[in-house]
Parts: sequence; structure tokens; C-alpha cells
Amino acid sequence: MATFELTENLRSPSATTRAVVGILTLWQRDLLRFWRDRTRIAGGIAQPLLFLVIFGAGLSPWMGTLGGMPGGPDYVQFLYPGIIGMSVLFSSIFSAVSVVWDREFGFLKELLVAPIPRWAIVVGKALGGSTTSMLQGLLLLLLAPLIGVRLQLGTILLLIPLLFLLAFSLSSIGLVIAARMRSTEGFGLVMNFLVTPLLFLSGALYPLSNLPIWLTVLTRIDPVTYGIDAIRRVVLGSADVPQPVIDQLGVTLFGHPLNPLFDAAIVLVLGIFLIVLAARQFARPD
Amino acid sequence: MSIEVRDLVKRYGAITAVDGITFTVERGEFFGFLGPNGAGKTTTISVLCTLARPTTGTVRVAGFDVERMPHEVRQRIGIIFQDPSLDTQLTAWENLALHARVYGVPGTLWRPRATELLKMVELWDRRYSLVRTFSGGMKRRLEIVRGLLHSPEILFLDEPTLGLDPQTRRQIWAYLTELRRQIGVTLFLTTHYLEEAEQCDRVAIIDHGRIIALDAPERLKARVGRDIILLSTADNTRAAQELEQRFGLAPMVVDGVVRIEAERGDELIPQLVQHLTVAIKSVSLRRPSLDDVFLALTGRQMRDEDSSELDLMRERLRMRR
Repeated sequence: MATFELTENLRSPSATTRAVVGILTLWQRDLLRFWRDRTRIAGGIAQPLLFLVIFGAGLSPWMGTLGGMPGGPDYVQFLYPGIIGMSVLFSSIFSAVSVVWDREFGFLKELLVAPIPRWAIVVGKALGGSTTSMLQGLLLLLLAPLIGVRLQLGTILLLIPLLFLLAFSLSSIGLVIAARMRSTEGFGLVMNFLVTPLLFLSGALYPLSNLPIWLTVLTRIDPVTYGIDAIRRVVLGSADVPQPVIDQLGVTLFGHPLNPLFDAAIVLVLGIFLIVLAARQFARPD
Repeated sequence: MSIEVRDLVKRYGAITAVDGITFTVERGEFFGFLGPNGAGKTTTISVLCTLARPTTGTVRVAGFDVERMPHEVRQRIGIIFQDPSLDTQLTAWENLALHARVYGVPGTLWRPRATELLKMVELWDRRYSLVRTFSGGMKRRLEIVRGLLHSPEILFLDEPTLGLDPQTRRQIWAYLTELRRQIGVTLFLTTHYLEEAEQCDRVAIIDHGRIIALDAPERLKARVGRDIILLSTADNTRAAQELEQRFGLAPMVVDGVVRIEAERGDELIPQLVQHLTVAIKSVSLRRPSLDDVFLALTGRQMRDEDSSELDLMRERLRMRR
């Protein structure tokens, strides 16, 4: 029996090795694909740019300086961090939901029969999707000079983990949904009933203060709210907007202004909860 | 013993996809599952490959129980799915590298093997091309290489030539035959192409989730045994009546022709031509095929079945790729 197990171990790697290999493989695959698909990268910049240039420029003259104090940002500057968050939102949810397509007709099938645990596939996919979505978001930082936002190196280093966390949480939401979807027909529903409300309630497009109570409650339930709040506080801080103005434009919870660290903690906790949920759902064989 | 299936039942809700099948596959054997769409072939392969759990029954593949030790089974099998499962955004070589990594095959082992196999299926020159640029046949060949990369004991092929043109199909089969000769791997094939099933050592004919016959193709055909005459006449119903009453035969009208089985077809045809009062448009005589075996066992022809919605969608997808 002992010798039998010894030869078995030689042939089959341990469960941990398998899991790590599975996670790394999927992660690397997503990065490789991201790098290959330049059109997707270009498309990922085009849409946010339209939002900023047309939507932002259209509203900006009516808004003046936001925050009710000198030193406040104009509307395009306010919108800019929100649009970065929006880009992360779109790309994470769709990279995750595309797993349905992959599972039915593609490469995921090859992985589902490979000797790696299912939860590792889910985690690898979430990490891959979040990394590429983070990169999409970071690319938008190239627009900062156009918007009149000065970015310091420290800001960028701070934004990397924030974008990643937000992307990870959102990828996990996408994976939870993908686990339950059996066909690709649900993609439109996801767009209308998940992504759009998440965006509109997130504070990406307007400050979340002085709202009717029902809207205040809904915006605080939206996890994207906290991700974008963190990004906005960091970006506006870097643009030398005074702290009272940032607090004025930022999210409050029960009357207290938040800070990037607290925002990040909320997103992190939610992300961990969702990824566990997604992994459990994917782990069930038919 | 490579595969051991005992009393396997697989239900999806109220639908029984596989309804109590038992069979074994020997090491090195080329075993075929033949049946119409929806007969339970893909479901069976899903259970054997640990993608679906048996509802009841036991399944051992490569010596391991599929429910209790799925990873041990997975390590020892290769699978070629109905639909391409390559990453089309990556190159052929990258697809192979990912596979080797996931199966824990070190580079010193898989690289020479990949080189040899790619050369054999004539994809070596295209190894650094994106799979997106490959034709359906090239993708299939690459999947065969990938499926064999971790030296599996058993290679599962689920309708491996579905949607390919006849020429490509023949080519794929030439490669598979060659691979089998050189590597001696156990092959488990599902198909609804008769020509493909003919090449198997043994064939299980499956219908409505049950195995209705299991034997070597030659012996299955020997069961039907007799020559088959197909008559096309001006009035098939009347011709069938006459054949039954005056010749004591058991004619069947299938697909607009009258079908008769007879011991010596060559001797019967002149008599029919002479004595039948219904005008005959054409006559043909042939030896029984596996389709005739299916017909004899079920009263239906294998190709009658309509393609399902999913099949149609798959077809469309394939065209687009």
C-alpha cells in the first residue's frame, strides 16, 4: 500500500499544487489575451473618453465649480474618477459573465476536465478578470493631463490596489451570476438589470449627497459606490482639491464622511464573500 | 480493464438520459458508441470524463472510481469534445503549453512529444499561429495533439468529426489510425457516422439511453445477415402488399423505398422484376450496414432524427469560427 501511494504521488501532484497551477494558468491566460487583443484595449478607452468629452463637456458649463467652495473641481474633473470606475465595472462584469460562453463552447471546458479543482478555476478567472480590468482603468490615467488633473506617482501606486479590489469584487459578482446562467441569452439582462443600476447608483455621475432618502439608501447598497468614492478621494486629493470639498463631494455613511481605506475595506469584505459564493456554486458538478 | 461501467443511470430532473447501461472496454481497444442524436452518447461520455455525476451505478475509468477519485481519472484521460475547446486567441503552441502545465507535465517531457505529434498531424509549421486563423480540421488535429500530450491511457472522442467536410473527416481518421498504431492508446468514440463506427473493434449501439447491441461491427452485421434490396416503384404500398402475399417476404417502406431482406438477393431480383405487377423504377442490392442493424433493432433509421436546436446553434457557430 505504501509503495502504491508513493508511485501515485510521483504521478499526481498534490491538491495544493493543482490549485495553484490552475489559478496561475487562468490568470496568465487572461493577461496574454488582454495583451493580444489591442482592439479591446482601444475600445476600453474609447467609451470612457466619449463620456468625458461629450457627456462631461455638455454638463460642465451648467455645474460651475462643485463643492460650494473655492478650489472645487469642475464637473469633468468630478466625473473623471467615476468614469475610471465605470470602465472597471464594465470590463470586470463582462469578463466574468463571458465564462458562460466559454463554458458552453470554449476553452473553459478543457479546464473543467483538467485535474484541477473547480474553485481554483473560479479564483483564477476572477484574478485574471480583475487584473485586466485594473489595467483598463489605469490606462485612463493617461487622460489626466487633458482633464487638468495632476497625478503624482504616489497617487498611481495608491490607485493600483484600489482599482484591483473594485475589479475583484465586481468580477466575483459576475462569476456568481455566470454560475447560474446556462445560456448566453442572459447577457442583455445582466446589462439592463445589473450593470446599469450599479453604474447609476454608484455616484460615478453625480455626488451622492442631498438625495431623496430612498435614493440615498440604494446608493449605499451599491458596492461600486465605495470603490468609486475611494478612487475619487485619491484622485481629487492629488489634484489639490481641499479636503472639505472632497468630503462634500464624497460619500457619507450615517452622516460620517468615508475615507479611501474604509471604502477599500468594504469592497474587500464584499469581494471575499462573493468569490467564496461563486466558487461554491461552480464546484457543483452536474 | 480500461473502462468499467455497471448499471449506469443518469437523470436530469425528469429526463432519463442514460437508462441503465453496463459495458467494459479493454486496454488498447477501440470502442465505439453509435446512436442517433439524443440517444445518450454525450451524457455517457460526460459521466466517464467526470463532468457529470452518475445518478446511480458505478463507473471506473483507468482503474479509478469517477465519483470518488475524479482527479486521478482526469489525469489519465484525454478528451476531444464535440465543440472546439481551444483558446482561439492563443497560438497552437501556447494552447499546448497551458495544457501541459495544468496536467503537470514537465517541459522535458511535453516539448518533444508535442513536436513529434504536431509533425505527425502536419501542424508543426503553424505552431506559432493564432488558433483563430485555423480551419475546423486544423483545430481538430490540434485538439488531438493536446488530448494526447499528457500520455493518457484513454482518449475520448465525442463526435470528433461532426461538422467537418468528408475530405477533412477522412484525413482526421488517417491520423487517428496512425496514432493508434504508434501509441496504442485506448480509444472511446461516440459517433453517428456509420463509416466511423465500422472501424471500431467493438461497437455499442445506443438508443433512448439503453445499449441495444454490443459486438464487433462484423458480427453485428452478421446478425442482420441477409442481403438488402431496395425497390423504388410506382406504388410502394401495393408493391409491399404483393411482396408479402406472393413472395412471403417482410417488406418495409422506409424513406419512399421498399426495403426487403433476403438470403440471396442476387437471385431474388430477377424474379421480382418478372413477377411484380407494380412498375419498378429502380432496384439496388447491398450488404447490410450498421444502419441496417439499427433499423432491425429499433424499426427506425438512425438518420431520421431531427437535429435539435442546440445542434443547429452549434452548426452556426462552427460556420462562424
